[in-house]
Parts: sequence; C-alpha cells; structure tokens
Amino acid sequence: MADKKKSGGFFSDLFAPVAGFGVTFASQFKKQYTEEYPEEKRPTAPRFHGRHQLNRHPDGLEKCVGCELCAWACPADAIFVEGANNDDAADQRFSPGERYGRVYQINYLRCIFCGLCIEACPTRALTMTNFYELADYRREDLIFTKEQLLAPLQEGMLPAPHPMVAGMEERDYYQGKVAKATPEQEQWVREHAPDIEDGMTPSGDPVLATDPVAHGQQATRPSTEGVRR
Amino acid sequence: MANEHPEGSIILDTVENVVGYLKQYSVWPTTFGLACCAIEMMAIVSPDTDISRFGGERFSATPRQADLMIVAGRVSQKMAPVVRQVYDQMAEPKWVISMGACASSGGMFNNYAIVQGVDHIVPVDVYLPGCPPRPQMLLNAVITLHQQIKGEHLFGSTRKAAARAAEEAALKAVPTHEMKGLLA
Repeated sequence: MADKKKSGGFFSDLFAPVAGFGVTFASQFKKQYTEEYPEEKRPTAPRFHGRHQLNRHPDGLEKCVGCELCAWACPADAIFVEGANNDDAADQRFSPGERYGRVYQINYLRCIFCGLCIEACPTRALTMTNFYELADYRREDLIFTKEQLLAPLQEGMLPAPHPMVAGMEERDYYQGKVAKATPEQEQWVREHAPDIEDGMTPSGDPVLATDPVAHGQQATRPSTEGVRR
Repeated sequence: MANEHPEGSIILDTVENVVGYLKQYSVWPTTFGLACCAIEMMAIVSPDTDISRFGGERFSATPRQADLMIVAGRVSQKMAPVVRQVYDQMAEPKWVISMGACASSGGMFNNYAIVQGVDHIVPVDVYLPGCPPRPQMLLNAVITLHQQIKGEHLFGSTRKAAARAAEEAALKAVPTHEMKGLLA
C-alpha cells in the first residue's frame, strides 16, 4: 500500500483543482514591475551612452575645432569630420581659435556607443546625451549631420558664425572668461543674419524657432558645401 | 480623396484603417537570434519591458507562423543563406527589424566574414542603432514599425498601387553595395 493517496482534509481536497488559480489571483495585488515604456519612461543612468551632442561655448560659438581625433578614435569608423579655417575677413567665424569642424557626420548604424570619441575630444565639444530613441526607416536618415548634432542654443547664446568676444582670445574661452554673448556680437549677428533678427532676445529658444539651419531645412547631407553654419 | 484612391475604394479605405489598427497589435516575432543583441531581445518579453502590451509576446517557434523577423546580431557570410531562408519561409505580410549596429550595417566588424548590413539579403523595414540596443530601444523600434503597419494599404487596387510604387522605388534606389561614404 505504498501508493495510497494521502488525504489532506476535506477543504484541501475540495480546492485542490483550483489552488493554482489562487497564485494567479494573488498576483493581481502585487506590485507591478513593468515599465509602461512609451508613456512613462524611466530615466537612464546619468552616464548612459546615448546620442551625441556637439557643445557650444557660452556665447554660441562651437567648441569643435575639427581635429578629427574622434574619428581616429572610433573603432567602427562611424564618424566623418572635415575641418576648415575660421575666416574673420569673410565672416566665417564658427569657433574660437584657428579651425572649426565644417562637416561633421556620425553614422548611427555603425556607432557602438562606446564613448571613445568623447574621451578623445580635447575640447569637450563632443559629449553624449541620454537620448536613445533612434529607430528609423531608412539607412540614410541615421547618418546625423552637424545640424542635428549641435546643441540647442541656451540663454545668452547666438548662432554661429559670429566674431569672438572683443578682447578675448581662444585661451580665455577655455578659462571660462566668456559668460554670454556681448551686445557687439548681437549687433553683428543682427547685421549679418537678418533672418534670425526676431530671435535676438536673451532667451535662446526664439532663435531656434526662426533659424532654418537649426531646423534642418537648409543643410542636408549631400550639400554641406556653402552652408551658413 | 478620389485621386488618392482610384477605382472607388473609399469604403475600403476605412476598412483598411481598422484592419491596420488591429494588425499592428498582433505582430508575432520569430524565435531567432544571432548574437548578443538576442539577449536584449529576450529581455523585452520579461516583465520589466513587457512586449505583450503590444501583442508581440508570442515568439513563434516556426517562421511559418511569424510576421516579424528581428535580426538580432551580426550576420556572417555563412549565416546569410539561413537568414534568407527563414525570411522566405515566413508568410506574407512580413516585416523585418534590423536590430543593432552589426545587423544594420556591419557595425565595427567591417571585414570579410560579416555581411555589411542585413539589407543586402532581406528587405528591412526599421533600422535600430545601438550595441546592443537597450530593450526600450527595441520597443521603440517595434512601435515605429507599428506606425508603418497602420498606414499600409492592404486591399484591392490600393494594395496593387502601393506594391507598384514600392517596386519602382526599389528599382530606382542605389544598391546597398554601391553606396559610398559613411553609408558604405
């Protein structure tokens, strides 16, 4: 009689066939762990490697000097940089100092988000954001150009090109002596780029709203030549 | 509207919208992973980022019952015919998500052993960067695909017209192996 079935009492036998549902029922009242992703996004870790950003100096000049160290550091060959000379005489001053990055492209289908490029960057021009929603329909759309990568204008910034702060040299920018765009720079931009005249307020956002380059309407990948920025 | 949809398919247009809406929430992926991206792909079935909220938790064990192929990982030259066969075995309509840098473009493996983008062998609908993409990024790609499925033309003359337009666009497009610059 070794296989005699053990009885667990009247109620235990009665509810045995449905006991499993008790687990299901009880789990309704447990805490939910699901992240309701598209509606509620949990923040990433602060140093999460997301989309890149090309930073600006406090007066709006670009930090990128077109040195191509990021492109050299990239293990996947995802970055293409082409430098050019700043030219005050021709109103082409994009960064303090001698050179600026004229063409800057990152192929996000090659990029492995390792961060070697931002480690290589000598001016902290290239950093990474926490943005990660990059899926797209076309391969070409995932090559981000300089216009898409440039940081939005903050308060006190003016869109490049414009002259450096009067009396300052390149070194002063890196020593933090430049706090924001001066009235002379504002005047210069108002004279040389009348299409963004409305955006001359101290807050940066109106500048973005009227700047066609910031909206990506002007500069597309094949014709980076002759683009204002 | 009459010009947009010839041959009087105005009623079908509404039906298409309804069917498209229903269809986008029943996309079944294939059980199919090639490398490290597959680990992140498994994570989207977990309670944390639950793909069953979008009707995709049923990873099909046979390609014949699957709608979506998530190419998760690098595709080696040796694996390429297998990937293509899995795609061919899937029933229409079918979609492909190229997950991660390696599947999308070869990533950092620019060498003789790896196919430089799975779009060399199968048509890709959504490209997803990342190495590997976090589960939320894959969910975002799935949602991006849902947007496409919702707008697809399914019936009658509109379907034929859409197929014809897609074919013309594909014939005009530059072949992937002829792309230059960062696209290469």
